[in-house]
Amino acid sequence: MSDLRDLYQEVILDHNRSPRNFGPLEGADLQADGHNPLCGDQLSIAVKVEDGVLTDVRFEGSGCAISKASASLMTEGVKGKSLDEARAIFEQFHRLVTDQEAPVDPSLGKLAVFAGVRDYPARVKCAILAWHTLRAAVDDNHDIVSTE
Amino acid sequence: MTGVAGTKTTHSAHVLDETRIREQFPILSSTVGDRPLVYLDNAATTQKPRVVLDTLSRYYAAENANIHRGVYQLSQAATEAYEGARAKVARFLHASDPSEIVFTRNATEGINLVAQTFGRSTVGAGDEVVISTMEHHSNIVPWQLLCEEKGAVLKVVPISDRGELDLDELDALLGPRTKLVSIVHMSNSLGTVNPVREVVERAHARNVPVLVDGSQAAYHMKVDVQALGCDFYVVTGHKLYGPTGIGALYGRRTLLDAMPPYQGGGDMISSVTFEKTTYNEVPHKFEAGTPHIAGAIGLGAAVDFIASVGFGPIVAHERRLLEYATNALTAVPGLRLIGTAPQKASILSFVLDDVHAHDIGTIVDTEGVAIRTGHHCTQPVMDRFGVPATARASLAMYNTADDIDRLVGALTKVREVFG
Ligand SMILES: Cc1ncc(COP(=O)(O)O)c(C=O)c1O
Repeated sequence: MSDLRDLYQEVILDHNRSPRNFGPLEGADLQADGHNPLCGDQLSIAVKVEDGVLTDVRFEGSGCAISKASASLMTEGVKGKSLDEARAIFEQFHRLVTDQEAPVDPSLGKLAVFAGVRDYPARVKCAILAWHTLRAAVDDNHDIVSTE
Repeated sequence: MTGVAGTKTTHSAHVLDETRIREQFPILSSTVGDRPLVYLDNAATTQKPRVVLDTLSRYYAAENANIHRGVYQLSQAATEAYEGARAKVARFLHASDPSEIVFTRNATEGINLVAQTFGRSTVGAGDEVVISTMEHHSNIVPWQLLCEEKGAVLKVVPISDRGELDLDELDALLGPRTKLVSIVHMSNSLGTVNPVREVVERAHARNVPVLVDGSQAAYHMKVDVQALGCDFYVVTGHKLYGPTGIGALYGRRTLLDAMPPYQGGGDMISSVTFEKTTYNEVPHKFEAGTPHIAGAIGLGAAVDFIASVGFGPIVAHERRLLEYATNALTAVPGLRLIGTAPQKASILSFVLDDVHAHDIGTIVDTEGVAIRTGHHCTQPVMDRFGVPATARASLAMYNTADDIDRLVGALTKVREVFG
């Protein structure tokens, strides 16, 4: 098993302690709820969209350090991006945390801190929950997203 | 002197011989990475002693045949071994007769069987089924399904801040429409041991039968269904140091006789024509199709193994260990135990400051310590205590004080990571 510090990077611990863009979003255009029944993580993501661009993204809920930090860093990572760009980052992020072989895509920027998750298969769902929920929001899908 | 399966006779009493017990569980000498495994997730499933593994492989290697069907010797031997296992389980639970033991896949199927047979034939619109806040989802959802189908009402007995059943509330909930009380003997997320005898007395005073979910209790304490007075009792083999895929339902004979069958098929009938089918006797009426023969025989070996160690030494050992672990864990800064009933056994559920249980689980795993994190299939308990999840260490006969020290040591690593 790799070093715990590879999983719990300083940036992740920081975003867990003080999550960014945390709280309700007044006048959200799109919203979705996500749930990881295995660990009880519960997230809700709200976004504002103008001319196909995510002008604001906020989240609420509770979860483990990985899922909270992932949601927090995601909101920073997709704000100002177009819907299509956000979908592309989702795909890159998915590869980052699931594909043991894939080189870390430099365009992921700060999100690359989640590369350690790939060595902890039980935690992939934690890292990916916020992203699935965001995708449901931008696809305007009102089913509750579940990792199961 | 050393006893059969690992107990030492001292001048005072039987004491469990940790080394001899542990030697009988091959998995306990394995490692996680470079750390020796510390297995503290027994409430999820227990490990298997060699005698169970040997019984399974001997059955398949030398005794395998279908049962209740062949006239040849091998089939008869398999039938005898399967029915012998039923008698062992009956003895283990102190049922008055083996015909009161129905083999199931697990505890969940035992509860569903009762819901679908006794429940569907007894519960009607406006009737009530009583359960408690501390039930496992498997003792909630089957009743929800039944109540939904029948237009019946599910009533829930609340629990105290320490995790005790509120018996006064139980009394208040028992009414003329109550058709069944279904209650857990020992909670898998709190460790609470419920006063089943008292629950049964109160329910029977109103002619209400009682099902007891013994999934957790049956490997920690002596169960005597006749002394408890309950009408149904379910156990699950994989938590009895036995195989997965096999469990048992005890049912009072008069109730079983009156219940309609569960599933239709072979073995559960005595004759079939297109005009009319007559059902087999209990318990076979509830065992349609080829059962998990090897599993049942393995379960028989498992309960024999438990009996050979003896609940005297097991209870004494686990009680000492629970006390040791309770003291050790409460000394960890920021740790809070969830489930502090005076009557509890072998389970330590806890939260640690604001560190999520899932993070605790991952970190202690890197030290080779296996604990469970999450809601433990008891979401209403999590809601009751206002926590999203807990970390849970659960003990079995082979755990030692050293295992607890390793857990506490691993928890300090959580602090190192989270600061
Ligand atoms: C109290 C309790 N009831 C029921 C069950 C269900 O057991 P099984 O999944 O073997 O049917 C469990 C175990 O998960 C349990 O702890």
